[in-house]
Amino acid sequence: MVGITSYGGYIPWYRINRMTIYSAMGWLNPASMLPGEKAVANYDEDSLSMAVNASMDCLNGLGREKIDGLYFATSTAPFTERQCGGIIATALDLRPDIRTSDFTGSLRAATTALLSACDTIKAGSAKSIMLCAADCRLGKAGGYQEEMYGDGAAALLLGEKGVIASLEGSFSLSYDFMDHWRSEGERYSRSWEDRWIRDEGYGKFIPEAISGLMKKYNLSPKDIAKVAYPCMYTRAHTGIAKQLGFKPDQIQEHMFTTVGHAGAAYPLMILVAALEDAKPGDKILVASYGNGSEAMFFEVTKEIENVRDRKGIKRNLASKKDLPSYERFSTCREVFTIDTGGRGEELGEISASQVWRQRREFLGLVGSRCKRCGTPQYPPQHVCAKPDCGAIDEMEDYRFSDKKATIFTYTGDSLAFSPNPPATYGIVNFDGGGRFLMDFTDCDLDMLKVGLPVEMSFRMKMRDKRGVSGYFWKATPIRA
Amino acid sequence: MPEGIKDKVAIIGMGCTRFGELWDKSGADLMVEAFKECMEDAGIEKKDIDVAFWGCCFPQGGLSGLPLSQLLKLPFIGVTHVENLCASGTEAFRAATYAVASGASDMALAVGVEKIKDTGYGGLPSFGATIAQANFTAPGAFAMLATRYFATYNLSPEEGKRAIGRVSVKSHHNGTLNPKAHLHREVTLDDVVNAPIIAWPLGLYDCCGVSDGSAAAILVRAKDAKKFRPDPVYIKALQIAISSGEEIMYTDFDLAHVESTRRAGIRAYQEAGIKNAREEISMAEVHDCFSITEAVTMEDLQFSPVGRAREDIESGFFDLDGKLPVQPDGGLKCFGHPIGASGLRMIYEMYKQLQGKADPRQIKNPKLGLTHNLGGFPQGNVCSVAIVGL
Repeated sequence: MVGITSYGGYIPWYRINRMTIYSAMGWLNPASMLPGEKAVANYDEDSLSMAVNASMDCLNGLGREKIDGLYFATSTAPFTERQCGGIIATALDLRPDIRTSDFTGSLRAATTALLSACDTIKAGSAKSIMLCAADCRLGKAGGYQEEMYGDGAAALLLGEKGVIASLEGSFSLSYDFMDHWRSEGERYSRSWEDRWIRDEGYGKFIPEAISGLMKKYNLSPKDIAKVAYPCMYTRAHTGIAKQLGFKPDQIQEHMFTTVGHAGAAYPLMILVAALEDAKPGDKILVASYGNGSEAMFFEVTKEIENVRDRKGIKRNLASKKDLPSYERFSTCREVFTIDTGGRGEELGEISASQVWRQRREFLGLVGSRCKRCGTPQYPPQHVCAKPDCGAIDEMEDYRFSDKKATIFTYTGDSLAFSPNPPATYGIVNFDGGGRFLMDFTDCDLDMLKVGLPVEMSFRMKMRDKRGVSGYFWKATPIRA
Repeated sequence: MPEGIKDKVAIIGMGCTRFGELWDKSGADLMVEAFKECMEDAGIEKKDIDVAFWGCCFPQGGLSGLPLSQLLKLPFIGVTHVENLCASGTEAFRAATYAVASGASDMALAVGVEKIKDTGYGGLPSFGATIAQANFTAPGAFAMLATRYFATYNLSPEEGKRAIGRVSVKSHHNGTLNPKAHLHREVTLDDVVNAPIIAWPLGLYDCCGVSDGSAAAILVRAKDAKKFRPDPVYIKALQIAISSGEEIMYTDFDLAHVESTRRAGIRAYQEAGIKNAREEISMAEVHDCFSITEAVTMEDLQFSPVGRAREDIESGFFDLDGKLPVQPDGGLKCFGHPIGASGLRMIYEMYKQLQGKADPRQIKNPKLGLTHNLGGFPQGNVCSVAIVGL
């Protein structure tokens, strides 16, 4: 049996009410008004960092030694040449002798990656593969896409042991349907007329894939507990399920008004949301949309009860902070150039050879633990930091990224440049030992106090003058 | 325990520029100005100097001994650039002291300088963001000391801010009496407490001036000192303590005090033969980069019992007319803080006070003066303590 063995989710802390966007930019395009809110990646997030955080959620309590591959799906890869999957695998502290790949170029990249991962496992080339998907798309100011797009990520661990939902079948459709496109070097995507997309693409390909799947596997709507697929137009979303014979309570809630259209991550995010509520025996049908459609169905097993301790979608959705203005949203996503002041331009340069040498330290937050006295320490040390120990070169690797910590001291610094001032940082003491001075993120100064529990979150720390992104970990108050 | 440096070396001349935002002066201009005053004060000629050390944290004219040697046209002697963050000036002074004490040199020059106001932005120069380092500044690093201090001694932010705020009120007063100081303005406790926040909980008036300036000293062996002047000032102790890194990595450290200051203080008192610092030290110039730093330093140097500096600060114990005046020249707070010059500037004030030449700031019959620098941040730093006296 091959299928999902664990799941995880990530939704940025910040949300913006679409009316806030409309109030600022609706004058340009009065027809762009949409209901609800959408999730907004913070200034230090991108699709890669969100994918790491969703994967960390997915790995909660699980060993990493037996993971043989990592696939990453996105339409907004921060690099076109430098594999994101390799960065993510290092951040997750996976073994290096694994298969990694990026799936991109289409909003159905994640379902294609999912099927490829399961095929790899079925073929015996791997026993366990981590699949993560994230997107962080930007629409032009004042356009429909700006309101529609939301940011988020999901992760699935796929394997053959401890399967919580087995992959029972799939049906793929590939069409060169040019509803959205983004050519090389372009920051924003372009699209054809909405009515054409809705009626000839979205409204046709998902039904074609789902009915193709149901015919192929001899399923009828009553066999399915939940049907999950992305939403681009709320009325058309309901219409698709109705047309296929599903009842309203079989349709997985679309999150269009809470997260927004999360691009390539979208089908995985709604699948994770469906798994959170699923019970053993449920059949869950999920379909993607983009240059065609892919539909597949899973059968939930009783193992699902073993992976309930996840932030997933529900807890991430519940933990949020409303951005008060369009300007704050625009600053998060670098829509316009803000004045960083001279200090904000004083960036160090990232050395590729140093980042390579210290990859586990920087990307994986791997420090050391003294084999003589057991003291964990970060950054990794040659000489033990415990005053009465002092052992030299008797260290073993010790990963901090999955440890919780408490704030020992902190400040909110208005002199340091931050796109979200004041810059918050402090010294944290890790549960189990270890102390480190680190940046905080996704918090306001008045939320911080000595003794507050925090956890590690993977972030884009800086982008140097040569365009090299440096990723590192920051501390955040524990989200719900 | 080593024999120590006590009474082996004497200061026979010193110079110090005005500190401030000296837009029309380069670091070289400032070093020459301090050097000239120092030479006139010592009554010596340049050819008498046989070794020189210069302390500077952000050297504009390049590294090595060359910038100082070529500036002053020193006669092919040994010149060395030293750097130890905010203790760089005291480090140059220490190198000069050791050179003379060892007998390798008869007369040594120590110069400290910093030209900060050429960066184009406020505050100290940024070291530039790096991947694993938090996006922190000096005010933020010391704000974390305040957060720890307040949490450890159960002070609300309001109580804590008022306690440390009184430090700045005192130093602003002293600064008004000093023509060479950067800032000349009295402030009230309400001004300090209500000032805009720079790094929570520290406000504008909890932070010292960011200034340009230079200071210099000429040292000879103690037995030769009276050949040059009747009132030389003798070095009683000179200690540097550098963080081991344990404070920032090992969770037993409370970070409500500065370990290196405690250790440097203990060693300096041993070297100088001081049993009770609170009673025996006549005056001090400590590293008040921030008000909290001065408050915590009062405890770390044993001037106040641990956790109780507040009582002495509030009773006026450290005021100019108090029992143990601290920052008689206005301190980093108001004299200003050109990094590499600050250590020598502090010794300059002790030197003038001990000679009875401190004009309206003169402290009555001082015997021993202490100076203290703290470079880096409270959780990982370079600390120097010097004691000079008659």
